[in-house]
Amino acid sequence: MELIFEISKAGRGAAEISTSDVPVVNIDDAIGKKYLRRELDLPEVAEVDLVRHYTTLSRRNFGVDLGFYPLGSCTMKYNPKVNENVATFPGFTGLHPYVNDESAQGNLQLLYEMQKYLGNIFGMAEFTLQPAAGAHGELTGIMMIKKYFEKKNEKRPAILIPDTAHGTNPASGALCGFETVTLRSNSEGGVDIDHLKSLMTEDVAGLMLTNPNTLGLFERNIEQVAQIVHGKGGLLYGDGANANAFLGKARSGDLGFDVIQLNLHKTFSTPHGGGGPGSGPVGVSAKLVDYLPIPRIIKTGNGYNWSDKFPETIGRIRSFYGNFNVVVKAYAYIRSLGAEGLTHATEMAVLNANYIKEKLKPYFDLPYDRFCMHECVFSGKRQVAESGVHTTDIAKRLIDYGYHPPTIYFPLIIPEAIMIEPTETESKETLDTFCDTMIAIANEAKENPQRVKDAPLTTPVSRLDEVLAARKPDVCWKKP
Amino acid sequence: MDYCPHTPDDIKQMQSAVGIASIDELFADIPEKFRVPSVLNIPAALSEQETIKVMSGIASKNKLPQFTLTGAGAYHHFIPAVVGHIVGRAEFYTAYTPYQAEISQGILQAIYEYQTMIAHLTGTEIANASMYDGASAMAEAAVLCAKMSTRTKIIVAHSVHPEYRQVVNTYSWANGYTVVEIPYASSGQIDLNALQNELDDKVAAVLVQSPNFFGVIEDITPLADAAHKKGALLVAGFTDGTSLGILQPAGASGADFVVGEGQSFGNPLNYGGPYLGIFAAQEKFLRRIPGRLVGATVDKNGKRGFVLTLQTREQHIRREKATSNICSNEALCALAAGVYLAALGKNLRTLSELNVYKTHYLKNKLLQLKGWKEVFSAPVYNEFVLRCPDARQVNEKLQSAGVIGGYELQKNYPELENALLFCATEMLSKEDMDRVATILK
Repeated sequence: MELIFEISKAGRGAAEISTSDVPVVNIDDAIGKKYLRRELDLPEVAEVDLVRHYTTLSRRNFGVDLGFYPLGSCTMKYNPKVNENVATFPGFTGLHPYVNDESAQGNLQLLYEMQKYLGNIFGMAEFTLQPAAGAHGELTGIMMIKKYFEKKNEKRPAILIPDTAHGTNPASGALCGFETVTLRSNSEGGVDIDHLKSLMTEDVAGLMLTNPNTLGLFERNIEQVAQIVHGKGGLLYGDGANANAFLGKARSGDLGFDVIQLNLHKTFSTPHGGGGPGSGPVGVSAKLVDYLPIPRIIKTGNGYNWSDKFPETIGRIRSFYGNFNVVVKAYAYIRSLGAEGLTHATEMAVLNANYIKEKLKPYFDLPYDRFCMHECVFSGKRQVAESGVHTTDIAKRLIDYGYHPPTIYFPLIIPEAIMIEPTETESKETLDTFCDTMIAIANEAKENPQRVKDAPLTTPVSRLDEVLAARKPDVCWKKP
Repeated sequence: MDYCPHTPDDIKQMQSAVGIASIDELFADIPEKFRVPSVLNIPAALSEQETIKVMSGIASKNKLPQFTLTGAGAYHHFIPAVVGHIVGRAEFYTAYTPYQAEISQGILQAIYEYQTMIAHLTGTEIANASMYDGASAMAEAAVLCAKMSTRTKIIVAHSVHPEYRQVVNTYSWANGYTVVEIPYASSGQIDLNALQNELDDKVAAVLVQSPNFFGVIEDITPLADAAHKKGALLVAGFTDGTSLGILQPAGASGADFVVGEGQSFGNPLNYGGPYLGIFAAQEKFLRRIPGRLVGATVDKNGKRGFVLTLQTREQHIRREKATSNICSNEALCALAAGVYLAALGKNLRTLSELNVYKTHYLKNKLLQLKGWKEVFSAPVYNEFVLRCPDARQVNEKLQSAGVIGGYELQKNYPELENALLFCATEMLSKEDMDRVATILK
C-alpha cells in the first residue's frame, strides 16, 4: 500500500485555512528572514483521499472491537463505549490547563474522587494521577523510594527485582540510579524466600514485586516477603500491571505494599490507542505521602484547589495534571461498575483464565499447575520438540483464525512462553472457540508443521524481516 | 452495569470444568487475613443512562470560557473534522502496542508517516513514535545526553517553560546530575555571554526552547556552536508546534535533538492531557534514543511492511541497560498529529502566518491601552509579553467577561511583575480581540 507521501500531488489540500479578518503583516519584516524556513514539505492530499488512506490503514489494524485479544499482562478487556462518549463532553475536552481552579471544579472533583476511589480499592493512603503511563508511574514510585532514603540519610544503592518482572521494572530502577539485583523464583513460581533473605540487606532500597506475578500466580508468601523487606528497613514496591486479578479480593496496602502503580488502560478499561495514551496512577502508604509529585489537589470547604506547596516532594514529573481525559474514562468505568461490578469483573477474569488453563492443559506444557489468577502461562516446548514449531509460529497461526496472539516469550524464565490473559469481558463461547483453535493448531503443528511456520497466510503482509529493519534502519521516508 | 457476558449457567459449567464448587476457591492463594472483608467503599453501580447523567453533571461544574488568551504550553487550535473521525476508528483506538506487526500494519504505517513528517518539520533526520509530553521529552533528552557523554551537568535556559524546567530537575536529581539555569537577556532570548561562561567540560547538554516560554524566537545557530565547542549537545524545544510552519527548525540550525509538545497538531486541550511529546534527533543518535521506533522493511515476498525496530534499545529486551524505561507512548495522539499534518499539508504555513497576523493585531490593540508596554525586543511567533499597570486586575476583568486572560509571569519570574504572557491563535476573531480592548479600556 502507498504511503501518504506517495499519493501526494502538488496543488491539492484538505484543511483550508480561514481568510484573515485582521490586517496581513509582512512575515519577513515581522519575524526576520533568518528565522524563517524555506521549505515545508508536507503531503498534499484531497480530503477524500486522506480519509480513504487512513481508513484503509485502520482495516489493517486489529483492535478489541474486532476480536479476542488475549495479550497477557496487557488486560485487553472491552472498552465500554459510554466512557468514550462522556470523555468527549466539551466540559472535559475544552478547558485549558491554566484556567483558574474555580473554572475547573468539575475536573478537580473528578480527579480528587478518582484518587479516593483508587485509595479505597487498593488500600493506599494517597494517589497521584500525574504519571502518563505504567512505566512513568514506576519511575515516579522509584523516585519516591529514592527520596525516602535520601531524607533518612541512608545510602541504599540497590533494588531487588524478580526474574519474572516486566522489563520496565529494572529499566525504571536504573533510570533512578539504582543497581538492579535479580531475585530468583522458587519451584512454585513465587519468590525464593531464602534468596530474598540473603539479598535483602541494609544496602537495598527495596523489592519491586508484581503480584500476582507475570506467571499469573499470586504470591502465597506475600506476608513473609513484606516482613523480610520491611525488616531490613526496605520498601515494597507493587507493579499493578496485574491488578485486574484482585479487585475487591485483596488490597495492596493490606498486603504490605508501600507504593504501587496502576495502569488505567489495563485494569480500568480505557482503550490503549495502539500504544497509548495510558495513565499510570501511583498509590502510596502514609510514610511516602510527603514525597508525591506536585501538583496535588487540596479539598477545602470552598471546593478543590491545586497546590504545589509540598517541600518534600520529588518534584514535577510531567507538565500539567497527567493524562486527564484518560482518567475521565476510568472514572466513568468505576462509577458504572460500582464495588460489586469491579469484584465481579475480577472473579470472571480469574474464572476465564482458569477455564482456558484447564482446557489447554492436555495440549500444551503448563509449567506451574496450580490455580492461576487472571492469566495463565504455557510453554510451547512440546511443540518445538515434536515438530520444530515454535511459539512464534503458533502465535502467527492464530492470526489466520482471527485472533490477536497472546503475549509470547515472556516471562523470560519460561522457555517458549505463551501467556494468555482472556479478561472478564469474553464469553464462554469465545473461550471455547479459541481453545478449539489452539488445539487445532497444536494438531496442525504435528501434521503440517510447515503450514504453521508459514503463518500468517491471510494478512496484507507476511512475516516481516526484522533483522533487515534493525540492520538497515529506515525510520523516515525519503523522497526517491 | 458491568460488561461480563457470563450467564449463571455459563459460570456453573465453567466452575465444573475448572473443578471448583465456588469462585472463592480460585482466590485461595490470598492469605485469609488479607481478604477484603466487605464490599469496597465506592459508590453503587450505575446504568449507562445514569452514568451519562453523573458525568454530564460533573462536566457542567466546569466553566468553559468564550475564548482564551493563554497558551503557555497548551494551545487552542482548530481541529479539522477528519482528525476525530480517523482517531475514532476502533481498529486504531482499541488496539495495543503493535507487537504483532502483521495485524498492526495500520498503526505502524501511520506512525512511520508521523515520524517522517516530524523529522521534516523539526529539521532533523529521525523522530521516534512519541513520548508522554513535551516536558518529559525534554527531560529524557537531557538524561540521554548525560548518559552518552558521562558528563553530569545540564544547562537549561531560564526562558524554558517553568514546568519543563521542573521536570528536567526531577529527572536530573534522580540520576545525580546538576542543573544550572542561564538568564534571559533584555531581548527575551537566552543571554549568550552567560551561557558561554557557564559552558565547561562537565556540561552534557544545553536545553533551550524556540519559541521560548515568552514567545520569543531564539537564534539557534550560535547556541549550537557554543555548546558544540565545549563538547556539549544542544537540545532545542519549542512551544507551539504550529510555529514550525514558518520558523526555521532548530534541527536545521545545529540542534542535536528537537523536542516539544505536539498537542497543537490535532489534539484538544483536554485540561492538560493526553498530549504527545515530540522527540526528534540527528541520525547519529538513532541507536541511543528512547521510545518506540517504527521502521520500514520487507516481508518474505519482498513486499514493503513496517515493524517496531531497534528494540534492543528498549526495556523489554534490554531491561536495566535500556536507553529509557518508556513502554506505552502516546500513539493515538501521534496518529491525530499525523492526520492533522497530512490534512493541512502546505496549509500549515498559511495557518502559521494567520497566527502571526492575529498576534500582531492583539498586541497592537493591547499596546494602545494606557500604561501597557512591551517587555522583550526579539521577534515572536504567536505569544508575547506585555507589562500592564495591574496584571491581576486585568485577568479578573477578563474572567468576569468569560475570557481567560494572559498567563501571569510573576508566578515563576518574580522580576516580571505585572507582566502577562498572551497568545493569539486562529481561534481568536477580530471581534474577540476588539472586545478584549473594550473590556480593558
